[in-house]
Amino acid sequence: MTTLLQEYLPILIFIGIAIAMSVGMVAASMIIATQRPDSEKVSAYECGFEAFNDSRGQFDVRFYLVAILFIIFDLEVAFLFPWAVSLGAIGLFGFWSMMAFLGILTIGFVYEWRKGALEWE
Amino acid sequence: MNMFLNDYVLPTAIIVAQILAIVVPLLVSVAYLTYFERKVIASMQLRKGPNVVGPFGLLQPLADGAKLFVKETILPAGSNKLLFIMAPMLIFVLSLIAWAVIPFGDGLVLADINVGLLYFFAISSLGVYGVIMAGWASNSKYAFLGALRSAAQMVSYEVSIGFVVITVVLCAGSLNLSDIVEAQRTVWFAIPLLPMFVIFFISALAETNRAPFDLPEGESELVAGYFVEYSSMTFALFFLGEYANMILMSAMTVVLFMGGWLPIFDIAPFNWIPGPIWFFAKISFVLFCFLWVRATFPRYRYDQLMRLGWKVFLPLSLLWVAVTAGVLVSFGWLPNQVAG
Repeated sequence: MTTLLQEYLPILIFIGIAIAMSVGMVAASMIIATQRPDSEKVSAYECGFEAFNDSRGQFDVRFYLVAILFIIFDLEVAFLFPWAVSLGAIGLFGFWSMMAFLGILTIGFVYEWRKGALEWE
Repeated sequence: MNMFLNDYVLPTAIIVAQILAIVVPLLVSVAYLTYFERKVIASMQLRKGPNVVGPFGLLQPLADGAKLFVKETILPAGSNKLLFIMAPMLIFVLSLIAWAVIPFGDGLVLADINVGLLYFFAISSLGVYGVIMAGWASNSKYAFLGALRSAAQMVSYEVSIGFVVITVVLCAGSLNLSDIVEAQRTVWFAIPLLPMFVIFFISALAETNRAPFDLPEGESELVAGYFVEYSSMTFALFFLGEYANMILMSAMTVVLFMGGWLPIFDIAPFNWIPGPIWFFAKISFVLFCFLWVRATFPRYRYDQLMRLGWKVFLPLSLLWVAVTAGVLVSFGWLPNQVAG
């Protein structure tokens, strides 16, 4: 257990150093450079116009759809990782189990495709 | 007191030194990658590129950095200040810490964890958060649209990257990046898995928002995409993060498909050159291909981009996972094979 944790210690220190560096760089620049904000400068950029309305409005539902499809397939990849490493040990039974799972996933994928969930026009 | 020094302070100091030995050359490489990019593209367009600051324009990246450093950091009035500042930091931090598991040579790796590939995959997935945070916190239409596009693009190609990585894991039988490199002693995975190699390279372009998939930036329509409101060092962090990610994806291409630090041929003149130099040379080659693509191809349309990701790469890589597993199982070529 301790050796396992020790392997991850450098990563933890690395995260600390990386955060310190990024905060330090932004903070140093903010201190050194002259900060002189005015109302025009800090308004949202919209090609010289005043912002018409709040930008957090509606957006195309397709982006949601992509996110949902991504969750399904990324989960699939997460399942495949341990399977891929241990395929030599689990043999033919393991192989066909995953093929059945992939088959079911493919049926779902074909359905999405035929339903037009992947169309962007 | 002395024991405390030996047990805790000394190992920590060594780790910190190792981290700095990764980060400092990395940041220098990022700076000179921008120079390299401008020079390469200039040559391809029969121009000279930067040649004023310093000999051959070699000090140009430093001048650019210094300029960004002394600019005013603008915080838009309508933005969520905290998220607005955090987004570029997140992207920068993620692009650095993924390097913890990259093996630069035999045993030359900061954290030789046995799930290195999974760690890399997790860190590269988190990059989407930085993009979404930046787009949302800016409270600007262009930034918001750019962030949505960028996020959708990144997750779409992440799926095929995932399947491609699975085929490599099947052949190598390990998630440890050093083991994956060692598994390529006989033949680089780029040869048996050639279609996957091509898909990985193209997906890497899309994942790092590089041309021809640089739609999130789309100067002519979205101005600069999700970082339109950023200035000064916050902008520089996005920039550094993006280029560090480019180098990272090239390093992963090299580790997964081009034999990492291994020489091209394991014979006399080639294996005299030390591993890290091979690794660096291969990364430079892949990076050159990144720039070459940028100078050659026009930008994709968004619907074409999504079609390529979901309708071409995803079915192809899914099929290839099944084919690879089937071939390995039926010929008994699997690593870690248990007899019987």
